[in-house]
Amino acid sequence: MNMMNRTLSRKLLRSMCGISNPRLSFAQSAVNTVQGQKELIKSRELEKDELRPLYMDFQATTPMDPRVLDAMLPFQVNYYGNPHSRTHAYGWESESAVEKARKQVADLIGADPREIVFTSGATESNNMSIKGVARFYKAKKNHIITTQTEHKCVLDSCRIMEAEGFDVTYLPVKNNGLIDLKQLEETIRPDTSLVSIMTVNNEIGVKQPIKEIGHLCRSKNVFFHTDAAQAVGKIPVNVNDWKVDLMSISGHKIYGPKGVGALYVKRRPRVRIEPLLNGGGQERGLRSGTVPTPLAVGFGAACEIAQQELEYDYKRVTVLANRLVQKIMSEIPDVVMNGDPDQRYPGCINLSFAYVEGESLLMALKDVALSSGSACTSASLEPSYVLRAIGADEDLAHSSIRFGIGRFTTEEEVDFTVEKCIQQVKRLREMSPLWEMVQEGIDIKSIKWTQH
Amino acid sequence: MAASSREHVLSLYRLLLKESKKFPSYNYRTYALRRVRDAFRENRTVEDPKDVEELLRRARDSLALIQRQVCIGKMFETQKTVVEQEEQKSD
Repeated sequence: MNMMNRTLSRKLLRSMCGISNPRLSFAQSAVNTVQGQKELIKSRELEKDELRPLYMDFQATTPMDPRVLDAMLPFQVNYYGNPHSRTHAYGWESESAVEKARKQVADLIGADPREIVFTSGATESNNMSIKGVARFYKAKKNHIITTQTEHKCVLDSCRIMEAEGFDVTYLPVKNNGLIDLKQLEETIRPDTSLVSIMTVNNEIGVKQPIKEIGHLCRSKNVFFHTDAAQAVGKIPVNVNDWKVDLMSISGHKIYGPKGVGALYVKRRPRVRIEPLLNGGGQERGLRSGTVPTPLAVGFGAACEIAQQELEYDYKRVTVLANRLVQKIMSEIPDVVMNGDPDQRYPGCINLSFAYVEGESLLMALKDVALSSGSACTSASLEPSYVLRAIGADEDLAHSSIRFGIGRFTTEEEVDFTVEKCIQQVKRLREMSPLWEMVQEGIDIKSIKWTQH
Repeated sequence: MAASSREHVLSLYRLLLKESKKFPSYNYRTYALRRVRDAFRENRTVEDPKDVEELLRRARDSLALIQRQVCIGKMFETQKTVVEQEEQKSD
C-alpha cells in the first residue's frame, strides 16, 4: 500500500514539475520524425532541471500573494454557491463574501461600495466605460478625447467608436510622456462626452496629473475615465479628490487573481452607462452575469492587502528601482530612461540601450523574464507605439527594455539582473559595427545609408 | 505578566520565521521572512495592551496562513530560480 502511494505521488510530482507527460511525448515524436537532424530549435518550455528565470515583468502580471490564495480557496472548495441565489445558505454566504470584497475594493480607492461593478478585468472595464458612456449620451454629445499612449483596449474601443460615427481626438504627449493640460483644455468642446487618460502608463511608468485633469473635466462638465490598472494599490488613489467619474481596476496587477477586475462608476453626479453585457440585471444592470465569487473574494483580499502594504511596498520599490538605475547607468554609457524622471511610478523602468537591439538583448538575458514594450504588443516586430508617441528615435525605440519591480523582488534579483544586463550589453556592443563607428567619433546621424 | 508576554511575542516571532523558511518558492520565502522581521521591528514600541493583543492575533493568523501556504507550495513544487542556485553555491 505504501509502495503504491510512493510511486503514485512520485508520478504526480514528476508530472506537475516541468513538462507534463503527453506534451513531452509529442515533442519527442516530432523530433524523431526529423531523421538524423539535430534539434536546432529547443522546446520553449523549461527543461526539468533547468533553473527558472527571475521574474522582473511585474507590469505584465503579478504573482498571487499567498494571502490572496488563502482567501480564495475556501470558495473554490466548499462555499461554491451562486451569490445571486437568494433562497439558500450557499447563496447567502457567497453573496456576503462578494459584498465584503466589494467594500475592500471600494476602500482602496476611496469610493462607496455601491459604486463598484465587478468585471472580467480592466479590458472589459475600459470597453464598458468608453462604449457605454459614448453610446448613452450619443444624442447630444459626439466627441471623445484620449491620448496616444493609452492601452490597446482603450485605443481599439475608440477606433470602434469612430466607426460608429463618433469623433475621437488622440492627444499627443510631450517628450516626457505627460500630456499638456493646456492642449487638453483647448481640445475639449461643448459636445465632448468623455475624456479617457490612464493614471500610470504600463510601458514607461509615467504618472499623469490626474487630479488636475479631473478638476478640469468637472469644470467643463465632461466625464473623466481613467485606466488605473497599473496605479491602484501602488500609489494612493482617491476618486473623490481626483474628481474621477469612471475608473478601471485590474485584479492581476495587484497580486490578485487573473480574470477579475472592477469598474468604479460615480453615483453623485450619476454617470449613466449603456451596458455591454445584457441579461439578468446583476451588478445594478450594468454587467449581467454571475459574479465569480472566488475571484471577487481574491480581488478584495488583494485590495485590502495592497492598502495595508502600500507605503511599505512603495518605499522598497523606490529603493530597489534607484539601485537598478544607478548601477546600470554608472557602468554603461548611452542609456536613456524613457518617461519623466519625477512624475512616475518607480517600479516600472523603461531603459533604451543605444546601439543594441532590444530583442537580442532580451534573448541574451534569458535568465531574467523581461519584456520590451507591453505584453500585448510583444508579438509584433514593430517598436512600441508608446515610445513612438513620446518621440523616441526609431533606433532607441527598438532597443528598449522594461524592468518591472514589485512586492516580491529581492535585492539579489536586482543585482543579478543588473550584472547580467551590463555584461550582455557590453558583449553586444563589442559585436556592433555601429558602436565601433561611434567609438571612432563618427556621427551616426550624418551617415547616408543608401548610395545611388 | 510583562515578562511572559515578551517571551510569548519572541516565541511567536521565532515560529513565524521558522515556518516562513519552509516556503519552496524563492519569492514567497524571502518576502515572508522580510515582512515578518520588518513588521515585528516596526511594532517594537507599541505599549497599549489592546493593540498588542490585536497584533498578536494577526501574527497567529499569519502563522496559520503561512503553514497552509507552505503545504500548498510543496504540493505544486517546481524548479528553483537562477538566484537560488548561486545562494546554494555560496553556502
